[in-house]
Amino acid sequence: MDSHELALSSEQLLALYRTMVLIRRTEEQLARAHQMGLVPGPCHTYVGEEAIAAGVCANLRQDDVVFSTHRGHGHALAKGVSAREVAAELLGKATGCSQGRGGSMHLFAPEVGLMGTSGIVGPSILQGAGAGYSFKLLGSDRVSVAFFGDGAVSNGAFHEGINLAAIWDLPVVFVCEDNMYATEVPFREATRNQNVAERVRVSYGMNAVCVDGNDVLAVHEAAKVAVTQARAGNGPSLIECKTYRLRPHAEGMRDGGYRTVDEVESWRKRDPIATFRSELLVNKQADEAAIDAVEEEVTIIVADAMDFGRSSPFPDPATAADFIFSAQD
Amino acid sequence: MREITYTEAAREALAEQMAIDPSIFVVGEGIGERGGNFNTTLGLYEKYGPMRLRDTPIVERGFVGMCTGAAMTGTRPVVDFMIVDFILDSIGELFNQISKIQYMSSGRIKMPLILRGCFGIGGAAATHHSGSYYPLFVHIPGFRVALPSTPYDAKGLMRTALTGDDPVLFLEHKLLLNKRGHVPEEAYSIPFGQAAVVRSGGDATVVALTVMLQKVLAISEELAREGAEIEVIDPRTVAPLDIDTILESVHKTGRLLIVDETFGPCGIGAEISALVMENGFDDLDAPIARLNGMHTPTPYSPTLEGVITPDHAAIAGAIRNLLAE
Ligand SMILES: Cc1ncc(C[n+]2csc(CCOP(=O)(O)OP(=O)(O)O)c2C)c(N)n1
Ligand SMILES: [Mg+2]
Repeated sequence: MDSHELALSSEQLLALYRTMVLIRRTEEQLARAHQMGLVPGPCHTYVGEEAIAAGVCANLRQDDVVFSTHRGHGHALAKGVSAREVAAELLGKATGCSQGRGGSMHLFAPEVGLMGTSGIVGPSILQGAGAGYSFKLLGSDRVSVAFFGDGAVSNGAFHEGINLAAIWDLPVVFVCEDNMYATEVPFREATRNQNVAERVRVSYGMNAVCVDGNDVLAVHEAAKVAVTQARAGNGPSLIECKTYRLRPHAEGMRDGGYRTVDEVESWRKRDPIATFRSELLVNKQADEAAIDAVEEEVTIIVADAMDFGRSSPFPDPATAADFIFSAQD
Repeated sequence: MREITYTEAAREALAEQMAIDPSIFVVGEGIGERGGNFNTTLGLYEKYGPMRLRDTPIVERGFVGMCTGAAMTGTRPVVDFMIVDFILDSIGELFNQISKIQYMSSGRIKMPLILRGCFGIGGAAATHHSGSYYPLFVHIPGFRVALPSTPYDAKGLMRTALTGDDPVLFLEHKLLLNKRGHVPEEAYSIPFGQAAVVRSGGDATVVALTVMLQKVLAISEELAREGAEIEVIDPRTVAPLDIDTILESVHKTGRLLIVDETFGPCGIGAEISALVMENGFDDLDAPIARLNGMHTPTPYSPTLEGVITPDHAAIAGAIRNLLAE
């Protein structure tokens, strides 16, 4: 095993495991709820990609900020939004983190540094850079993280945001989640060079690494370096995480025609949670009992979250136009 | 006559014109082999291949800007943007370039570019997928803006878009895509700037578009049973706007209500109202009334989303008030 893994205590390792399982179990329930018609809007799951949010956010403080995507449940949960608030929001309830105003693609919880999931591809990169600018101007050591998919890499927002962060040495960590497809478009058809880290190093002069996004320790290690660098005032970096989504682009969508069953199955064998679990056991960093205890705890949290969401009230229609301005007109 | 869906009708016009005009090509995310997220190009890739059905990366500014150059140089691009909120990323290309090229070139360059896709509130799509924005395009000189309400109109207006030389914003309400209706098999065009009097009546005029039009029609039937005859007008295009048909109707009824799903301020209703005041003031027996969607970003939860657009009761109430004025 790599030396970096020794740096983490059993507690830290189990915490990473716990975050991943929390994301997985929450989304399994959300997907089920969607099938039952209880999630009224769109729902893009993060199943298969949990190691990235878990590995990155474990390096963040609560006052650090995260800008997320349309596939943001994992980022929200890893940043510390409660499963209750995520579940309630997807169910359209007043107790959700956006008070029922947002749903899956508009999760906001600035109290814990979740500055929004997004229905639009691209803005997370620019807004992440902007938060870095704020922190630099304010003389703060806070760090900003921008998550985005391979689909955003071809977008102007990527090139403009990365370049600005680079020329102004902003305390930002850009995390590219390359799951090989943007909806059903293979990344190889969207770009002639899929090596995002290499492109960013060469074209924009920014530190950038490429890691196995299904290896939570590899992500954690890369994020630790990047966050430490940003916090110390040494500028931005990018982490390219190679990963794969195991469910359809969005719940209720077809999942055939653009990728093969074999491909999906080969990635299922590399499930980040199962892989990490066996590593923990093989390396004797945790025993079955400890892992089972985490799973049981998470199962209870998620069941409670769904109950909470289902029993919560829908928002009062009179609040539909609240909060457009800083003070109500 | 056979019945097909709204989406099929628009696609039929596209297919017919693509067969005749080799300069037409479509760009957008998922419109190639996949046939479009909303089946707008289903079956066309097999016929015309990737040069004419160009699947793109997520680059709205990129493909809108690129299509501007293409339209300037002899081809006829159709930008299939899926959901209108997405092309806001290309607003500079739209408002500073596409709308001004013919003017800047003193008419020597044409701008036969079509921007088509979904708009509107429904299905808990929330605020990044529920926009309308068409009043903005009416405000800017240089756009044609079509909002078909029926499969018949979708086919005829699409053909007009594909045979004209101006930029056209062609908006399809997401709740109408699977609506079926009679559509002739042969090709036909519906001229821009020609409203449809969808229902005639002498007691009040109601102007409405797309989904709101469907609601207004249903309510008009109810009111007819109470003895009130409502004239319902569908402008079909809001730029150009057929104000003459509206004025004629108001001349007859003396009362006007404009129902529009999107925002009131500086909107279609404000414009129609001002034009009727300027050109038909003496015909009015009551103040012109407007009914609009709430002036707010679109919320997600059904209990919120459900109250921000004019519903059956609100529309019926507004018409009754107008009749009672
Ligand atoms: C500006 C914009 N264009 C198009 C879309 C529609 N859309 C939503 S997700 C998506 C694909 C995103 O792919 P990627 O960034 O790789 O993220 P992934 O879904 O793979 O996690 C697209 C095209 C959008 N949300 N915003
Ligand atoms: Mg992707």
